[in-house]
Amino acid sequence: MPGRLKAKIVAGRHLPVMDRASDLTDAFVEVKFGNTTFKTDVYPKSLNPQWNSEWFKFEVDDEDLQDEPLQITVLDHDTYSANDAIGKVYIDIDPLLCSEAATVISGWLPIYDTIHGIRGEINVLVKVDLFNDLNRFRQSSCGVKFFCTTSIPRCYRAIMVHGFVEELVVNEDPEYQWIDRIRTPRASNEARQRLIFLMSGELQRKIGLKVLEMGGNAVVGYLQCFDLEGESGLVVRAIGTACTLEKISTFPATATHPNNSSPSKDMKEPGFGEEAPGVPLSSGPPTPLRAQTFSSFSPSKSYSRQSSSSDTELSLTPKTGMGSGGSAGKEAGPLKALLKQQTQSALEQREYPFFTLTIFPPGFLLHVGGVVSARSVKLLDRIHNPALGNTRSYKLLDWNSFTADEPETRDAWWEEIRQEIKSHAKALGCHAVVGYSESTSICEEVCILSASGTAAILSSRFMQDGPLDTEHRFEEVVSPGCGFCHIPYDELNIPFPAQLTYCYCCRRYKVPDVLFTTIDLPTEANVTGKGCLIQARLCRTKKKAQGEGNAMAISNLLPFLEYELHTQLMNKLKLRGMNALFGLRIQISVGETMLLGLASATGVYLTALPSPGGIQIAGKTPSDITYEQHISNMQKKINDTITKNKEQYEINPPEVVEEIIGSPIPEPRQRSRLFRSHSESSDEVSEIDLSHGKKDAFVLEIDDTDAVEDIHALLTDSPTPAGFYSCNTEIMPGIQNWTSAIQMFTSVRVFRLNANLTNQGLNKIFSDLCENLLKSLYFKLRSMVPCCLCHLNFTVAIPEDELIQVAVTAVAMSFDKEQTLENGKRSGEKTLIKAITENDEQLQFNLELNAESSSPNPLGSPKGLSEVGSHPSARDRCSSWIEQLKLKAHTIRRGSVKTTSSMEKASPLPEGRSRSLRSNRSYSGSSVAVVKMTPLSFIPGAKIIKYLGIINMFFIRETSSLREEGGVSGFLHTFIAEVFAMVRAHVAALGGNAVVSYSMKECVFMENPNKNQAQCLINVSGDAVIFVRESELELTSVQPQSATTQTSNGGEGT
Amino acid sequence: MSVELDVFVGNTTIMDKEVYQLWLNGYTVNDAVKVRIEGGVMEECEASAEVLLSDTMDQYRTFQMCERLLHHPAKLANQLLFQIPPDRQAMLIERYYAFDDSFVREVLGKKLSKGTKKDLDDVSTKTGITLKSCRRQFDNFKRVFKVVEELKGPLVENIRQHFLLPDQLARDYAAIVFFANNRFETGKKKLQYLTFQDFAFCAGQLINNWTLGAVGKTNNMMEDMDVDLDKEFLQDLKDLKILITDKDLLDQHKSLVCNALRGKTNVFNEMEANFKNLSRGLVNIAAKLINAKDVRDFFIDLVEKFIEPCRSDKWTSIDMNLYLTHYTNSAHILDTFKHHAVWTRYMGVIKSCILRMYHD
Repeated sequence: MPGRLKAKIVAGRHLPVMDRASDLTDAFVEVKFGNTTFKTDVYPKSLNPQWNSEWFKFEVDDEDLQDEPLQITVLDHDTYSANDAIGKVYIDIDPLLCSEAATVISGWLPIYDTIHGIRGEINVLVKVDLFNDLNRFRQSSCGVKFFCTTSIPRCYRAIMVHGFVEELVVNEDPEYQWIDRIRTPRASNEARQRLIFLMSGELQRKIGLKVLEMGGNAVVGYLQCFDLEGESGLVVRAIGTACTLEKISTFPATATHPNNSSPSKDMKEPGFGEEAPGVPLSSGPPTPLRAQTFSSFSPSKSYSRQSSSSDTELSLTPKTGMGSGGSAGKEAGPLKALLKQQTQSALEQREYPFFTLTIFPPGFLLHVGGVVSARSVKLLDRIHNPALGNTRSYKLLDWNSFTADEPETRDAWWEEIRQEIKSHAKALGCHAVVGYSESTSICEEVCILSASGTAAILSSRFMQDGPLDTEHRFEEVVSPGCGFCHIPYDELNIPFPAQLTYCYCCRRYKVPDVLFTTIDLPTEANVTGKGCLIQARLCRTKKKAQGEGNAMAISNLLPFLEYELHTQLMNKLKLRGMNALFGLRIQISVGETMLLGLASATGVYLTALPSPGGIQIAGKTPSDITYEQHISNMQKKINDTITKNKEQYEINPPEVVEEIIGSPIPEPRQRSRLFRSHSESSDEVSEIDLSHGKKDAFVLEIDDTDAVEDIHALLTDSPTPAGFYSCNTEIMPGIQNWTSAIQMFTSVRVFRLNANLTNQGLNKIFSDLCENLLKSLYFKLRSMVPCCLCHLNFTVAIPEDELIQVAVTAVAMSFDKEQTLENGKRSGEKTLIKAITENDEQLQFNLELNAESSSPNPLGSPKGLSEVGSHPSARDRCSSWIEQLKLKAHTIRRGSVKTTSSMEKASPLPEGRSRSLRSNRSYSGSSVAVVKMTPLSFIPGAKIIKYLGIINMFFIRETSSLREEGGVSGFLHTFIAEVFAMVRAHVAALGGNAVVSYSMKECVFMENPNKNQAQCLINVSGDAVIFVRESELELTSVQPQSATTQTSNGGEGT
Repeated sequence: MSVELDVFVGNTTIMDKEVYQLWLNGYTVNDAVKVRIEGGVMEECEASAEVLLSDTMDQYRTFQMCERLLHHPAKLANQLLFQIPPDRQAMLIERYYAFDDSFVREVLGKKLSKGTKKDLDDVSTKTGITLKSCRRQFDNFKRVFKVVEELKGPLVENIRQHFLLPDQLARDYAAIVFFANNRFETGKKKLQYLTFQDFAFCAGQLINNWTLGAVGKTNNMMEDMDVDLDKEFLQDLKDLKILITDKDLLDQHKSLVCNALRGKTNVFNEMEANFKNLSRGLVNIAAKLINAKDVRDFFIDLVEKFIEPCRSDKWTSIDMNLYLTHYTNSAHILDTFKHHAVWTRYMGVIKSCILRMYHD
């Protein structure tokens, strides 16, 4: 009996009228946990009842505490007939089980009914008393922290990154049970909601157990998904990265911790001391990020795609793509081998060296190989049909514990795919996969499983067990600005065709011509200009088919789909004059008569990589003049577009200065010099560039219709309007002066197609759909200009034949234009400093302090520029930091006593600019606290001081009066607004004022206009946090640059 | 091929002021799009008509969803569905409750009943305001009327607090409620030249001086204290009749006023000739106010009995002011006239109302 859950029902408001005669309601509340139910008294004749109940106490097992939600049902008492349900509230009490998260849930929560939506609010208080000590408690995986954030959460420090954790649970879908025929839609929906709550809880608990087994205390990048497999069941699966996190609370104490100290003092390496312990060179003052590297190491990158079949009896999926086959680049350089050796030990023990992180602690990510992906097509068979001797799946409650030896479970499916990913990574000479994610697309009985990630080489720094010994801490000396671009594979044994050149930053290691990744742009990366969202969109028809034939047809189509998506991406990338993609996410969606492919990524110009060549069009057998003319016209158009794009995204690569190896780094400032020529910089390429002259002028032959189509697609992408930027990653290179104005939004469109469209017609429609959606977003958000749409996350689906659904969730963030220019001038390429994760800077600061305490005379030796520059400011920062801590502590104390809204009032900081969309102020005279939502892991201009727990909510909404609710748009509009409202209310009840890393993972919409019915399922998740504004701190600092660093250092101490 | 579903939901609800106004004005989505295109928003933002249509539909939907909250503005502040910054909330409410002067002139003083609502299409044709907008405005009047009907305490303050309206708008609504409650006739042809603001001013005068709440006679909180005229006062007004029934008093009064005005005005002769008529007019109005029917005709009487004769004699506003001042003050000097308090209370309002109403 490790816990006692206590709940108190305080009051209700805005209840619906349940008794038409009196226009009032006689409401009472049932509070249920597990099998125990309590009831409040009936509060007669009121729409704003004041129950003020006693504390209802549930004495429960820890397992139940994790699995079960607290279920609150509001009912209308009826003397003569059955009581009518008004609605329900499910409360996830998980955040209360962790000592570092929330301590109480208290506030107004919307009462939700799956048929009527929100029907008033209820004020509740929920607490958990834990009887036993922490140790006992930890046995049951309570207390393991979960984060949706795919980076080390701010205000934590990663002690160890243990690696991949996964789990899945399966159950029957209540919607498909026999009883569903006789129960009401409401009962069915509620059964489903409750079941998914239970399954999510169970899944989380099991993952927690695995984390504890690994010795961790947290899961970062927790990604939970549902597969609605129809008759064959309901799968809830999750992946994440197990870590040991430490709260950065006693800052000065840890700073002087001797264990952390003694950075190497290699004289030759200016940035070495800092870099090695994971501290990037991005310290306070305008340190050049582009530091020099010395050790020999080969550059890296590539793009590898693989679609592979599971080796099921059918072998339905083909091997495709440019990924290598068997030969792995194991025999890389000697240094590389050494490096591998070190991390190998850590990684070898792992079944899957996968990491769901997309942003890494400094020094963790060494090299990036390229994208690896695997897909497989599976058939979902009937579960309850043992007569079919050949059943491929069995329904069990828990695949892992009971069916480990069952070869054809879903677990096994995923295992195959993961194995494949692992081998692809190996082929790229990489021992790890980062930015890893898994997804499915289901249509009837066919299911496509996909997994993708980025092959990479990681430092062992966060992976070794036991105390880190210094010798092993610096595997290598890589300048952080370009090191990750250097190829990890052996250049003589490239797994796929790629052109290698010497790195344009350090000139020492080989880099590929193009780099595709699924991770976020590393904060320390050297980037020229700004980035932009790049999408490849594709639609392919397929014949209607059944069963295995269908699966076969799909798997035959997949490789072509992927190939074309890749070609489109490549073309569009070059059209923008860029050379790398980050955050690449390829989504393949299957329908009965078509396949949809949508690839989204953020294009950037990595300074380390060669300038991309243009696009050259070649016609078939040049015969007549008009045709030639046509071609040259197109060519001109393309060239013009490239020039225009380069201007728009400020891509002016620095002139490459010829230099002897080992010569001092050119001043980074030079980079801001204008380099207008849009032609590739091959004429400036230094002698050590082994690539040949006018390399890679990308040739597009338009002798077939496909290519014409490609070119069309290229040129029809309309440019983003002035003042707008867009990306699908966390941060936008080149923009840093975010104001506090943020606007998270979700937009959904469903498009009905005509029958009998050709592939080209479909493509055009699909592409236009996405383009128009983007245009609409720009228009909607025009008042925020200049602004950037960050984390633009598109999801496509084919809800039924001839329907395409596109859903977008993103955040628009305003920035300050003037400052951007100013800063841009001052510190050439330090464009990312502001956006660097606070966590990184935290670490960095730490180490700087170490250096001072452990090596008493760090300045005595002639260190590199950067170090000299950074030390004085480190001291400054230290003192101001402590002041900030005090300030913060003050604010927080006040905040915790009062309500959230009053806490906001407690720090009424001047905002950068006044904007109409600003939502961060508390509403005067209103009881509703403002809750910000963002898909990003941070809030601009603010410091996250506490993580309150994960928000993971699943809602179903159904209507049988679709027209009356404003048609499908009205219905969905209301529902999404309700979901937002419920997320905000739950966050506010936890004491939070924001949700970060918010995502809408599922939005399944079904309609039947003839019957006037519609149903929608939405699953959202995110991390509830408390943030405080930091603007007051910014005001105090004099120098803009140091201000940035200072403020982002402050605040975590609590 | 068609867009079957198209929604945009922001964490902070996005509302475009311009579109809101178009919605309030009762434009259809298509008309609103036309207006927006003409407004040039497209060129400004590189948008297409398609984008504009999508945005307009979306906004309209948002407004429709908000409308139910706007009916109880206090709810807007503590509802959870839409996250709207306070300044936006205030804007939404203020504009929702704003009304067209030309519309309000049509229904001012009418019973806010279903019958009146049925006639709104006539009003719509007459004023050129869309029927939808007319209905909204009418429903607003009715809603405010119903709510304050049941509330105690000062009218303006109640409206302001209950509907979160800015001061001026709250006063206007108080006037509308006051007129509707007392059913003042405002539609007659002779009154057409008066604007709503003229009436609102007069309503303010009446509320502040002639109602129960005006003189603090009540123990502060009483139902309808601002809406109903002070019966006792109306009763007392009958006593003023002595000013016209007593021949001596009337002559005395006339000579006092004429002496005071001689040489100070160009219309002295006309004034002198008309004095008795004018005085009879004003005092008769006072004496009849005890009848509800005559209360309704208060404004028409003022115009017929006083304003029109003066206007035909080409009095200026200055003449009017001078005359009314001396007319009021002189009565106090009359030996046998005892009803000074009632006279002051009556003439104070009459004077300011007439001065306000005396224009073309």
